[in-house]
Amino acid sequence: MIECKDLSLVYPDGTQGLKNVNITINPGEFVVIVGLSGAGKSTLIRSLNRLVQPTSGGLYIDGENILSLKPNELRKLRTKVGMIFQHHNLVKRNTVMKNVIAGRLGYVGTLRSLMNLYSKEDRSLAYENLKRVSIEEKVHTRADQLSGGQQQRVSIARVLTQQPNVILADEPVASLDPPTSHQVMNYLRKINREDGITTIVNLHFIDMAMEYADRIIGMRAGQVVFDGHVSEVSERTFEDIYDRKIKEDDLRGGNEPYESNKAITS
Amino acid sequence: MNPTKPLPLNEGKVPGLVSKQKKRSNLLILLVILVLYIVSSLQTNSSLLRFDGEFFSNVWRMMSQMWPPQFAYAPMIWPKLMETIQMAVLSTVLAALFCIPLCLVSAQNIVRNKWIYNGMKGFLNILRTIPELILAVLFVGLFGIGVFSGILALFIFSLGILAKLMSETIEGIDNHQLEAMEATGGNRLQVIWYAVIPQILPQFASFSLYVFEINIRASVVLGFVGAGGIGLLIQQQINFLNYPAAMAVVMIIFFVVVIIDFISNKMREALL
Repeated sequence: MIECKDLSLVYPDGTQGLKNVNITINPGEFVVIVGLSGAGKSTLIRSLNRLVQPTSGGLYIDGENILSLKPNELRKLRTKVGMIFQHHNLVKRNTVMKNVIAGRLGYVGTLRSLMNLYSKEDRSLAYENLKRVSIEEKVHTRADQLSGGQQQRVSIARVLTQQPNVILADEPVASLDPPTSHQVMNYLRKINREDGITTIVNLHFIDMAMEYADRIIGMRAGQVVFDGHVSEVSERTFEDIYDRKIKEDDLRGGNEPYESNKAITS
Repeated sequence: MNPTKPLPLNEGKVPGLVSKQKKRSNLLILLVILVLYIVSSLQTNSSLLRFDGEFFSNVWRMMSQMWPPQFAYAPMIWPKLMETIQMAVLSTVLAALFCIPLCLVSAQNIVRNKWIYNGMKGFLNILRTIPELILAVLFVGLFGIGVFSGILALFIFSLGILAKLMSETIEGIDNHQLEAMEATGGNRLQVIWYAVIPQILPQFASFSLYVFEINIRASVVLGFVGAGGIGLLIQQQINFLNYPAAMAVVMIIFFVVVIIDFISNKMREALL
């Protein structure tokens, strides 16, 4: 369970990233955070694994206040709260396997990881996760030789190799085309359903949010302006969140259910 | 709109490509440079006018003294040439090794403490302001005449260059990849090993080869102050007024440097 209590963040330049955010996210939920760029979606999600540092309020994961963690404890937290980035953030010159096994960094000893001495269990875990996102045939390919969608799948495999309780995804499909976007979102939802991993995704596409989320949190100017089950959400809700009419750009489109299912099984 | 219609003329008020103020300041800069040049030329009594008849007769005299190069002297050259190359190899490898920790602590995306990386940057700058010849004189004083002093001088000299180049390379890498490694729960050393090293390895190899080229050339001069290498031979032969032999040494050095630069350039092209 993740709880934010009056969570606020002011950046050093004075920008208010978050303002009195109060939310509770239950285990196994698939939450999509929507809002325009600059609304604080990224700041919120990056606070949850402390890539940014909230300036006041409380942030509890499973009852533990993570704002007061020491560096060692923070690393332990990060193994359990995995993250997927907009630009995949794979180490481009490393192989797919080396990128995925990096998910074990928080578990193995420093010396073992520097010498690439991973146990057979770790390596088979990494390989199984590559299989789950159907990219196992690229295991020894260099990451920069993959397409955007393939790279994002590798980064999903990396996060799975962390064996996390929570997956944070910061605009995971913003730099992908519509069919690939749906493929990636389908994988995330499938993993959420099968493994019960709490999943929090930032999106700015309304149609995708509606299709994949259990629950939608709307943000504007650092504040939570909507929080509810997807069934309570209408176009009107989004217009309230965005504080303007819905435009073509707010939709990703391009979902044909058959195609996206095929992509998973192929 | 009618294409033949004449454009409206602004009665002599068409703006130029740059402002009048900019033109004036450009002219001023040009004048300052010109004055500096002329003053320097007068003060040092150096000008292009000194390439006169006397100069050309001197060239002729020198050439006739040096020509033909005495290649019979070559067997004496090879061992010293090998020594020069070995000095460059040793000092480059040492510098490359020591550069790794130095460049990491002087990159501000790796070490977040301002005092540490600025301090390190300052240290590297000081290192680079000392010419290799001064370093060689210093080490000859400390360790005596010989190759070891030369190697130390080249090592310090190239460490300064390499660490500076590499720390700037590290500051230019993609920090998102570091962020991702941090987000998996990796510690500092793991982040460096998994996300920094792969990104800088090609540049590291390339810069090391470049420093090797510089060291070959620099080690030629070190012989003049007794710090080993082929420079010693040039100095000896000039002192004995044996110009044809000195010429042979110079020509052999020239060809070896060209060949090594060529090979090293090709390797660096392949790397990047």
